[in-house]
Amino acid sequence: MSALVVQFLNGLASASALFLVACGLSIIFGVSRIVNFAHGSFYMLGAYLAWTLTRGLGWVGYGPLGFWGGILIAALIVGLIGVLIELVLLRRIYQAPELFQLLATFGVVLVVQDLAMAIWGAQDLLGPRAPGLRGAFDVMGQRFPEYEMLLILIGPIVLGLLWLLFNRTRWGTLVRAATADREMVAALGVDQRKLFTSVFFVGTFLAALGGGLQLPREPVQLHMDMAIIADAFVVVVVGGMGSVGGAYLAALLIAQLQAFMLLVPDFEIAGLTISIARMTLIPSFLVMAVVLILRPYGLLGKAPSHARTQASVEPVVRATPPILAKLGFASVAAMILLPLIADEYGLMVATEILIFVLMAASLHFMMGPGGMASFGHAAYFGLGAYGAALAAKHFNAPMEAGLVAGPVLAALGGILFGWFCVRLSGVYLAMLTLAFAQIVWSIAFQWVAVTGGDNGVLGVWPSIGKTGFFYLSLAFAVIGVLLLRRAIYSPFGYALRGARDSALRADAIGIDVKRVQWAAFAIAASFAGSAGALFAYFKGSVFPTYAAIPKSVDALMMVLLGGVQTISGPLVGAIVYMGLHEQLVRVTELWRLVLGIAIIALVLAFPQGIAGFAAKRFAKEDGA
Amino acid sequence: MLRVDGLHTYYGRAHILADVSLDAAKGEIVVLLGRNGAGKSTTLKSIMGLVPAAQGSIRFLDREIAGLPSHEIARMGLGYVPEDRRVFAELTVMENLDVGRQGPRDAAPAWTPEKLFEIFPNLAEMRNRPGGRMSGGEQQMLTIARTLMGNPRAILLDEPSEGLAPVIVEQMARTIQALKAQGLTIVLSEQNLHFALLVADRAYIIEKGRIRYSGTMAALAADEAIRLQYLSV
Repeated sequence: MSALVVQFLNGLASASALFLVACGLSIIFGVSRIVNFAHGSFYMLGAYLAWTLTRGLGWVGYGPLGFWGGILIAALIVGLIGVLIELVLLRRIYQAPELFQLLATFGVVLVVQDLAMAIWGAQDLLGPRAPGLRGAFDVMGQRFPEYEMLLILIGPIVLGLLWLLFNRTRWGTLVRAATADREMVAALGVDQRKLFTSVFFVGTFLAALGGGLQLPREPVQLHMDMAIIADAFVVVVVGGMGSVGGAYLAALLIAQLQAFMLLVPDFEIAGLTISIARMTLIPSFLVMAVVLILRPYGLLGKAPSHARTQASVEPVVRATPPILAKLGFASVAAMILLPLIADEYGLMVATEILIFVLMAASLHFMMGPGGMASFGHAAYFGLGAYGAALAAKHFNAPMEAGLVAGPVLAALGGILFGWFCVRLSGVYLAMLTLAFAQIVWSIAFQWVAVTGGDNGVLGVWPSIGKTGFFYLSLAFAVIGVLLLRRAIYSPFGYALRGARDSALRADAIGIDVKRVQWAAFAIAASFAGSAGALFAYFKGSVFPTYAAIPKSVDALMMVLLGGVQTISGPLVGAIVYMGLHEQLVRVTELWRLVLGIAIIALVLAFPQGIAGFAAKRFAKEDGA
Repeated sequence: MLRVDGLHTYYGRAHILADVSLDAAKGEIVVLLGRNGAGKSTTLKSIMGLVPAAQGSIRFLDREIAGLPSHEIARMGLGYVPEDRRVFAELTVMENLDVGRQGPRDAAPAWTPEKLFEIFPNLAEMRNRPGGRMSGGEQQMLTIARTLMGNPRAILLDEPSEGLAPVIVEQMARTIQALKAQGLTIVLSEQNLHFALLVADRAYIIEKGRIRYSGTMAALAADEAIRLQYLSV
C-alpha cells in the first residue's frame, strides 16, 4: 500500500516537470502553429545553464545567485535565447509549409547539441541539491524527498499562474484570440509579431525552468533534449494542441501510468522476458492510442478550423519527361558497370546511397502522393533492420529470409501505427508519426533481452560478397522505385492523390479516404523496411539509432531537398544528401553544427522548398 | 478619406479584381453591390491588407496603405468587419470587445463598452457569454461593436445583412444610420439592394472583378435597366 502511495507521489512530481515543458510547447503551437522541435533543446539548455549558475563556476556550495536565483536566471536567459531564435529564424518562416518549420527547428536542435557539447562536454554533470530541501518526509513508513514534494506543488502553481495570465490580462485575451483566428486579430490592429515573440519567450522560459528544476533529480546530459521532446509531443497531442489545462491533465495521466508501471514485475512469454517496468514510453503510447480513438484532437483540444486555411492544391505529378527517363536508364546502366571501376570504398558509398534512395522514395510516396507528412519514417527503417537482424540472431534465418522478415515487420508496424495516424492530418499526423518512431526506438533501446539494447545486434552479415551485395541493393532500389512509381500511376494512386487534394470531395465520390491512406502508409512502411533490412546486412549490425529521430530527419531532408512534387526528386535528394553527410562526418567533428546551420540556411533561402522555388522560377519563365 | 485606384488582385493565377477604383468621403456611406463571387469581399480584404494587392493604389487619410500589414492599417483608424463574423468563440463578449480596443483618436468617435451597449442593447445582457454561444444576429452585432472598440475613422463592413432575419436586418440598418450620425465613414458590401437603399449615399456595382456602375443611390434606384443587368438573380 505504502509503495503505491509513494509511486503516486512520484507520478505527481514527474507530471509537474513534464507539464512545464509540454505547456510551453502547446501555447507556442497554439498561437504560431509552429511545432517547435527545439523545445527540448531549451529544456536542456535550461538545465545546463542552471548547473553553471547554481554551482557558481566550480566553487564549493552555491554560486552568487544561489540555487533558486540560478535556476530562475538561467530560465530567463534561455527565454531570451528563444526570443532571438524567434526573431532571426521563425519570424521569416511563419508562412512556410509546416515541415519546413519543423526542419528549421530541428536544425536548431543540432546546433544546440554541438554547442552544448563544446561548452559543457560529453560527460554527465551532477547538479547541486536544493538548499533546505535535502531531507525526506515519512510517507507511511517510506521516505519521500522534500524536493519532490515541492515539484508536486509547482505544477499546479504554474498552471494557476498561467490561468491568471491567460484569463485576467489583456495579453492573455489577445493570445487566446490569436490562437483562434490570427488574421482577425491583425485586422483589429494587434501586431501579431510582438504577440508571437512574447508567447515564444513565455514558452521557452517554462521549458528552461522545467530543465533547471531537474537539477537535483537527475544528472544533466546531452540526451535530455530528445528524451523530453518525445514525451512532450505525446503530452501535447493527448492534451490537445494549444490547451494548457489539457497539457496538465495529459502530463498527470502519463506520469502516473509511468510511475505505476515501475511496479509491474517482469514476466515471460514464450521464453522471452518482458519487462514492462523498463519500457517507460509504452504507457505514453497506450494513453495516446486510447485518447486519439476517443477524442482525435486531444482531451481538451478542438478540431483545427479548416475553413480559414486556403486549400493548397499540389501540382499534378506528370509523366516522366523522355530526357529524364533516358537519364534514369543511363544512370542505372552506369551503376551496373560501377563495380568494374570503383574501389571497395566507392562501392560501399554507392551501396549506402542506393539503400537510402529506396528509403527516400518510400517516404516520398507517403508525403507527395499520400499527402501525409511523416516525421518518424525511421520507425519503419528501424523495424526493417531489426526484423532482419532478429530473424538472423534468434532463428538463424538466412539473408533471403531476413530480407523478407524486415519488410514484413515494418509493414506490420505501418499497419498498426498507420491506423492511428490516418485519423489525423497535417501537423497532428506528423507529430504522431514522430511519437510512434520514438516508441520503436525506445523498445529497441529498452528491451535489452531481445534487441540487445544500446549494444545492438551484431554479426548480421550478408551471404554474398561486397559486389554481390551492391547488385542486390541496386536491384532493390530500382525495382522498389519502379513499383512505387507504378502505384502512383495506378487507380490506387489516383484515389490517394484525390484524397490528399480534397478529402471531402474524395469521400463524396466514394473513395474511402482513411482506408486508402492507411494502405499507402503500410506500403511506404514496407518499402522503408526493405531499405532497413538491406542496411542491417550492409552494416552487419543493428542499433537503436536506426529508428531514432536523426534518421527520420535524414530521410526528410532527402525528400525535401529533391522536392516533394516530383518522383525523381527524392532520388536526387538521397544522392546529394548522402554525399554531403558522408563528407561532413569525415571532415569535421562538429558535423551536427554544420548540418544544423545548413538546414537552417536552406529553409531560410527556400522557404517554399527547392522544388517550390524551381516551380516558381519556371512559372515566371512561362509567363515572360 | 479612402481612395482606391486601379486595384488588381490575384488568387494564385486567378485574376479576381481588375482595375477596381472607388472612393469614400468623410461621413459618407458607400455601398459596393454585386452578386456572389463578384469580388466584393476581395475588394474589402485587399484594402485591409488581408489579401495582397498586386497592383494599384490604396490611400487612406492621404497616406498610401497598399502593402502595409493589416494591423498597421487598423492602427491608422480603418476598421474591418468580416462577412463571416469571426467572433472569437472561446472569448466572452467583454473579452471580444477587449481584443478590438485601441486608444482614442482625433476626429473619430470614442467608444467604450457602455456606449456600445446603448447601440447594441442585446449585448449588454450577455457580457460574459462566450461568442460561440450567441445567435448569428448577436454575433454580427458583436463583430461590429468589436471593430468600433478601435475608435475607427472609417469602417469596411462586409455584407452585414447576410444571413440575418428581416427584423434584425432593419435593426442593422438603423444601427448603421446611427454610426453615420456619429460621423463615421462606412464602405459596405451588399447583395441586398433593399438594405443598401436604406443606408447608402452612393453605390458602386462590381461584376467579375470590375466596377460596372457608379452613382448616387437615388440614381440607381431610378435606373431599372442597370439593376436588372447586374443585380437581379
